[in-house]
Amino acid sequence: MIAFAGLLERLLFTPGRNAKIALMRRYFSTQPDPERGIGLAALTGDLRFAAAKAGLIRELAAERTDPVLFALSYDYVGDLAETVALIWPAKPTNHAPPLLSEVVETLNTTPKAELPGVVAAWLDACDPSVRLALLKLITGGLRVGASARLAKTALAECGEGVAPDDIEEIWHGLTPPYASLFGWIFADAPKPDPLDAPVFRSPMLAHPIAEAELAALDPATTRAEWKWDGIRVQLVSTPGGRALYSRGAEDISAAFPEIVAAMDAHAVLDGELLVVRDGVVASFSDLQKRLNRKTTTAKMLRESPVHVRLYDMLFDGAADIRALPFDQRRLRLEAWFARVQPKRMDLSEQIAFSSIDELAELRLSARAASIEGLMLKDGMSAYLPGRPKGPWWKWKRDPLSIDAVLMYAQRGHGKRSSFYSDYTFGLWRGEELLPVGKAYTGFTDAELAALDTWIRNHTTARFGPVREVERGIVLEVAFDAAQLSPRHKSGVALRFPRIARIRHDKQAAEADQLETLMALVL
Amino acid sequence: MPHPQTWLKPLPEGLFCEPGGFFIDPVRGVERAVITHAHSDHARPGHQHALASAPTIALMAARMGAGAPASTQAVGWGEKLQIGDVTVWLQPAGHVLGSAQICMEYQGSRAVVSGDYKRVADPSCDGFVPVACDVFVTEATFALPVFRHPDPASEIARLLASVALFPERTHVVGCYSLGKTQRLISLIRAAGWDAPIYMHGALVAMCAVYEQFGRRLGDLRPATVAAKADLVGQIVLAPPSAIADRWARRLAEPVVCLASGWMRVRQRAKQGGVELPLVISDHADWDELLATIDEVGAPEIWVTHGREEALIHAAGLRGVTGRALRLIGYEEDAE
Repeated sequence: MIAFAGLLERLLFTPGRNAKIALMRRYFSTQPDPERGIGLAALTGDLRFAAAKAGLIRELAAERTDPVLFALSYDYVGDLAETVALIWPAKPTNHAPPLLSEVVETLNTTPKAELPGVVAAWLDACDPSVRLALLKLITGGLRVGASARLAKTALAECGEGVAPDDIEEIWHGLTPPYASLFGWIFADAPKPDPLDAPVFRSPMLAHPIAEAELAALDPATTRAEWKWDGIRVQLVSTPGGRALYSRGAEDISAAFPEIVAAMDAHAVLDGELLVVRDGVVASFSDLQKRLNRKTTTAKMLRESPVHVRLYDMLFDGAADIRALPFDQRRLRLEAWFARVQPKRMDLSEQIAFSSIDELAELRLSARAASIEGLMLKDGMSAYLPGRPKGPWWKWKRDPLSIDAVLMYAQRGHGKRSSFYSDYTFGLWRGEELLPVGKAYTGFTDAELAALDTWIRNHTTARFGPVREVERGIVLEVAFDAAQLSPRHKSGVALRFPRIARIRHDKQAAEADQLETLMALVL
Repeated sequence: MPHPQTWLKPLPEGLFCEPGGFFIDPVRGVERAVITHAHSDHARPGHQHALASAPTIALMAARMGAGAPASTQAVGWGEKLQIGDVTVWLQPAGHVLGSAQICMEYQGSRAVVSGDYKRVADPSCDGFVPVACDVFVTEATFALPVFRHPDPASEIARLLASVALFPERTHVVGCYSLGKTQRLISLIRAAGWDAPIYMHGALVAMCAVYEQFGRRLGDLRPATVAAKADLVGQIVLAPPSAIADRWARRLAEPVVCLASGWMRVRQRAKQGGVELPLVISDHADWDELLATIDEVGAPEIWVTHGREEALIHAAGLRGVTGRALRLIGYEEDAE
């Protein structure tokens, strides 16, 4: 528990990806089994135990502390578990802090009535940092400053020639404390076999296409499809179970139960998750309402019904067809679809075209906000993990753009922590500027340094890490789509906004009106 | 015997000792001041005459330049002086080099103004000496039971472990120029780190005064003129305002550390973009405050600044009367 608490504390404060990986690598390579496996499960959110209630720790604290001093302390710290971890007046004890495995095991086997005594004894044996990790863990409030993907990446780097995807592809067939996984990474044990478990396969991704590459395409062997603005998903249904994954290998089954229910034939499919009402694809902001949820309500299922538009097939039954050419996989997918007739799914339309010019016109004519552009795939391409250059291209619609006024700037993170690099910009409504979005990419290092200096010299107010600046910089902001959003004061939200140019030639008063942007909402 | 409240009074300028005709740590320029220590919120510029320990006077001169007192009087530990009708002497407070408790006796009634203090051993200054008294005037910067400072050596061990884990990066530690800086250096040296320690220019002057008073700090070098590559794997000390700002851009992938008692509370540590918070404080923590109140045995404490409500409540539970002075101008956040 000591090593785990130390890891959690460092992860929480460490902004850099590589530094987080280094911290986790050290943990995995220095901790014994099963501790490191339980720790890994805690990092990836796969630890299951009967959590204690927050009320339990409140009662424990009340037994040992003065109520006035506790209230003043809680008021100052603002977090119950942290207050208790810091204020806990430990009784002298000969016990060592518990092992992480011991905590999990004990929580699962101890009758509720005995829990307060057990937890109090643990708290006596620990220092404040370990107490905090312990209290957060047992009340289910553990926040890890690293994604599950990053933990797997760190573990992969501990092995020789192991890619994160290698772990990803067996992960969902494994259970804590992952003895076989650690045996494979650190010793000479064979790679664990997930058998029939519905594991994730690394998806195939596309590169943006440039002019020259576009000109080199052969219309006869190139397949075109719409690129939809939803979430790329992988549907896995095997005799061993079902799972819906994001393209980052996150299991999102719980948020979309209706899709999981519809996956009742043995296959692994690649598609786009969309909110579809009466056959019309809704904007991404509708889909956002369904994301990151552990459970769903009947109301959400009714108001934002989801649907999968199928792009590709990786497994047909038990047969791995990833090595087959795209055209053949497509035939297998069509045959499977006709046979199974799955609910809540359809096939991504293949767009007929005879020349690249014709394709260019089609791309321009697509006005639906839910279409990001075109996907161009080589009919002979195998399904390869990662982002191989050549077989698949994405040809996004030209971005829309507005000239907006820089209103607020915020410090960045990590390498950019000394720069004001996150910009909130706004448009005019009469005399008033209304914020319409935030962007933190699209400029060069030199432009960033110049903006940073300007911001420091033209600050009108400060709000913690945020500075409000004079109305003096006009930014040309590029974005993929504008969508109505009741959550924003301006009533509109931008998809993928980025800074296209700094318009030194324009005065703030010459920036666009909000109504100009409203006219771009589809 | 007169109660100290009849002769020691909180005025807008600060605590005034009436029969001695002097203020203690006044917040604006006065005729006669007695100074507990050289931090800028206690030692303000513009006094005509100041009495303090010799290191405090030297530190004030180094820090204030033209604002330093017109005349000064240095006094050694325990050396009794008669000022007006009051006997005055200083005892170490253990906060920073030269930091003193002002002990005053008037017609058999004794008050001790402790300034800022800590009880844990600090190789860079003399340790706190408890003085029995009728009224003990105490700070309350960390007066909540959530503040229990860990062993500073264990915090330095965390710093050195991080330096070992990230040898390609530079560790930059934010610390105040007077006291914290020199204590950190002493602690780092005590942990066996003999390599040069690099410094922001703002920290250099105070270190020189420490050396002058025999506090050896080892090989210190300016970070400002060092090449980026020379700072890889090294420890750099800088004021908190510089560690995540433009100055730090000269460093190689810095690990931003901050040494302060406030680092105990995570949200507070996270706000400043700190990557490695080090809980090292020059103020008494909760246990030290209560232990000190017990030791000096005063039936009454006055609380100058900080979280006085909690300390007065806790004193009450021990049968000690507490009173909040609500003196204005002392910075509780500067640590």
